[in-house]
Amino acid sequence: MAAAIRYDDVEVGSALPGQTFPVRRADLVRYCGASGDFNVIHWNERVARSVGLPDVIAHGMFTMALAARVVTDWAGDPGAVVDYGVRFTRPVPVPDDDVGSTVEVEAAVAAKLPDRRVRVDLKATYAGTTVLGRAQAVVALA
Amino acid sequence: MPIDRSYAGRSYPATPPYEVGVAKIREFADAIGDPNPLYRDPGAARALGHPDVVAPPTFPIVVTYPAGHVIVEDPQLGIDYSRVVHGEQRFAYSRPVRAGDALTVTLTIESIRSAGGHDMVTTASEVRTVEGEHVVTAYSTLVVRGEG
Repeated sequence: MAAAIRYDDVEVGSALPGQTFPVRRADLVRYCGASGDFNVIHWNERVARSVGLPDVIAHGMFTMALAARVVTDWAGDPGAVVDYGVRFTRPVPVPDDDVGSTVEVEAAVAAKLPDRRVRVDLKATYAGTTVLGRAQAVVALA
Repeated sequence: MPIDRSYAGRSYPATPPYEVGVAKIREFADAIGDPNPLYRDPGAARALGHPDVVAPPTFPIVVTYPAGHVIVEDPQLGIDYSRVVHGEQRFAYSRPVRAGDALTVTLTIESIRSAGGHDMVTTASEVRTVEGEHVVTAYSTLVVRGEG
């Protein structure tokens, strides 16, 4: 592991560069194939609506993967992430158009831990609502 | 019908080995839209001290998601999969998954609890190489929505 960020260079409150991610139907289909999660609510609008969802929804794991990118791009080495957890609080509906939905991810250092580790708290929102709760990563810095 | 809490602690046999390939890691990285060279280029990965390309942090779901089917298919638990929602997910890593790993998953039901008419089943899926090295433990909480 070789994080690009030095533990001594961050403080509680230090912000990570935020990122914005488009989520389109094609992204969900591709994620179905790559992850093996073919649950119909991620690609079939008829079934999604029949179980009370507003539309096809993104996999929670897809949103979790997007949010992780804010941490791995910052740390420089994905192997520096030693713990990563989220709650799936709200779904991200994905309309049948070429634009899709937009997930915005912000993150900041929330605590400095022993062994040159930090806890990063993430905030992922769709249309102004939080879609991941208690999203936290522990990162081993240089 | 609520899920019997006495099943907390139940473990299932380890899954057959899953061999992690470079192409699968690249496919997964493409699917999450992440161009990071460490997921594709062995040279870039070695430059940071990894023996081969590494996988994104959420990649372990590729092995733990199918392993989780054992609890849905366990007739004694009686979980109705159409009522299952993914509530929480956490990964605790000893190291990143990397190309060349042959991984097995051992799933244990950590807890079963009820809240607001729903059952919440938390599983711990321990992912190890066939040599026995711990790679990551994935904790999943499935919410089984109550009827009505």
